[in-house]
Amino acid sequence: MPKTSIKISGGRLIDPCNQIDGLFDLYVVDGRIAAIGTAPDGFSENIELDARGLVVTPGLIDLCARLREPGQEHKASIDSECKAAAAGGITTLCCPPDTNPVIDTPAVVELIRHRAQQAGAARVVTLGALTRGLRGEQLSEMAALQQAGCVGVSNALKPLTSTLIERRTFEYAATFGLTVFLHADDAALSANGCIHEGQLSTRLGLPGIPQAAETVAVARDLALIQQTGVRAHFCRLTTQPAVRMVARAQFDGVPVSADVAIPNLYLSELDTIEFGADYHFIPPLRTQEDREGLREGLLSGTLSALCSDHQPHEPDAKLAPFPATEPGASGVDSLLSLTLKLVEDRQTLLPAAIARVTSGPAKILNIPYGDLAVGRVADICIFDPHSSWRLDETSMNSQGKNTPFRGWEMPGRVRYTLRDGQIIFSSETS
Amino acid sequence: MSVNNLQIRTDGRLRHFLSTEGLNRGLLTEILDTAESFAGVAEQSVKKVPLLRGKTIVNLFFEASTRTRTTFELAAKRLSADVLNINIGASATVKGETLLDTLRNLQAMHVDMFVVRHADSGTAHFIARHVLPHVSVINAGDGRHAHPTQAMLDMFTIRREKGADFGRLSVAIVGDIANSRVARSQIHALNLLNTGDVRIIAPRTLIPSHIESLGVRVFHDLREGLRDADVVIMLRLQRERMKGVVLPSEHEYYQLYGLTEEKLSMAKPDITVMHPGPINRGVEMDSQVADGPRSVILQQVTYGIAVRMAVMSMAIQQKTPQDGDA
Repeated sequence: MPKTSIKISGGRLIDPCNQIDGLFDLYVVDGRIAAIGTAPDGFSENIELDARGLVVTPGLIDLCARLREPGQEHKASIDSECKAAAAGGITTLCCPPDTNPVIDTPAVVELIRHRAQQAGAARVVTLGALTRGLRGEQLSEMAALQQAGCVGVSNALKPLTSTLIERRTFEYAATFGLTVFLHADDAALSANGCIHEGQLSTRLGLPGIPQAAETVAVARDLALIQQTGVRAHFCRLTTQPAVRMVARAQFDGVPVSADVAIPNLYLSELDTIEFGADYHFIPPLRTQEDREGLREGLLSGTLSALCSDHQPHEPDAKLAPFPATEPGASGVDSLLSLTLKLVEDRQTLLPAAIARVTSGPAKILNIPYGDLAVGRVADICIFDPHSSWRLDETSMNSQGKNTPFRGWEMPGRVRYTLRDGQIIFSSETS
Repeated sequence: MSVNNLQIRTDGRLRHFLSTEGLNRGLLTEILDTAESFAGVAEQSVKKVPLLRGKTIVNLFFEASTRTRTTFELAAKRLSADVLNINIGASATVKGETLLDTLRNLQAMHVDMFVVRHADSGTAHFIARHVLPHVSVINAGDGRHAHPTQAMLDMFTIRREKGADFGRLSVAIVGDIANSRVARSQIHALNLLNTGDVRIIAPRTLIPSHIESLGVRVFHDLREGLRDADVVIMLRLQRERMKGVVLPSEHEYYQLYGLTEEKLSMAKPDITVMHPGPINRGVEMDSQVADGPRSVILQQVTYGIAVRMAVMSMAIQQKTPQDGDA
């Protein structure tokens, strides 16, 4: 790599992790943050990015993005999604292990890393399988997965066959200091469900997933986290009581964190009224009270990250009667904008909102990104907070056009995205 | 909750019949009135009217059914339509693409109406959203969601038995509400027709959450729920549910919720007893009640044809239904 020096001048620099919020120039040398405010000795830039009127933040980290490769390349590819993410200001994507084949061998980890490098856009980190083949029966080779680069372990949305195997996976993961990423779901209670069990499931006659499917699992998981001492993270909580249980556990000093997916902050079960497949999510959209509870949890910090829960699909996946459609929405395009919308809606202040998609997820994943400290690799997002765009099929870069936010006016437009000090997206060239 | 109504044309007439929810009292009354005019047709020696001559109706059944399909077929034939029955086994997993492809292929044959039954809730809505502008869809049962023609034939039966003023009636629905598309459609229809008191009676395992939001009063005791009722509708209970996790045994269900003459004595003396059939005798009700003077179970089947004729003739693109009155 030739020696590059970049000056990002005149922008409002927001680095929540280091409590920076002000007009500062930012200097990048050889892919790393070299200085803030004053140029380092002997600095002369090859490139100057004019950030006047723009906001400069750490590159976004998306805690959960299905890239569909390997295994479901008809939906999307690592190449298409890493580039879409870069255009959305995201510099790091975390890929869960439910690919096909499952991420339970170093070979799959290596394949994903290799493809992501080829794409030359957002970086991809992986979660390894908690159990072999995600079948929930037998421990995976966690040490090997960790050595291959997995930043944590998870059984994705697949159930574990018993509380005993859960206990043993926690103990084994704790042996290597691996964080376990948990989807709180009691499989027997949620079986066959495709919507929140409540007013709408009764009205539409759709099999429901009760709130207790989540709270029962959180209670059980918390007990085993305390028993084993493993560091754990609850992925995509959907209910207010679950947020409260996690808050209580955190207060008690249990090493546990949690996040929420963007759709659950804006939508509720009521949006499914006309059997709209774009509102089919697993875990499901819950009640309006739950939505408020999640927003409060995000504000208080109980939920320290916000993620897109990106699930791109081909059009046919949503063209069927509701229960037969595939759940999830394509989300990397709108992660930044829907985070900014929380500020617009006066839910929170800009630095706090940015923290939930930068330093928050970095801490959960225990990765050295998500802030702009001198010496850090230069992962940077530069956006225009005063510009907006309309989400539709043409404005989405992801290969998956499935979204419940079609037609929404999105605040904030990404101008530049830098990863490792390289410009991986520029609105001028796109 | 606003519903973007697929079912009603811009001029207020029926476009599709997917659910009783989302319709209005005027349309439901029109269905009942039109059915009344067709009820006479069946009693004539020539049981046909030429209303839908030249129209093609496809019965698209993805789930097994004998009675419903037969009455739809008879109704279509009595309206002089051409009928095509397509049964796609419940066991065959039908993927979205296949369903849409099936639909498009049939539409290419210039079909005017689909009568659809499917195990997934929302299928009729899905199909209605994807058909050509001149094609109508009648829901013949989708998952646990809706079975609106069954509900309307029940309303027709009630109106014949009790008169048009639903406001003074207490109607009780007993049994497996949680899994019943019939019950949901009945509840919406009864409320749209301003029924004074709609009750459901079942153990908690058979009652779905937030059912009160549909406008019903919930009872767990059959005697209490039947007190002074004018109409009782017994729902069919799938036998396999009897040994599952929702009910301990047929015996206990019958003891608590089986309709007997003794329990009926709590209701008004002239109570009307209904059942969408087929009956599990000795489980949902005993034979004495099923075959007794207050039971209208067989009339329900007969009325089913007139009601389906009414819905088909109203939904299919044609002249106003009044023009069709014989």
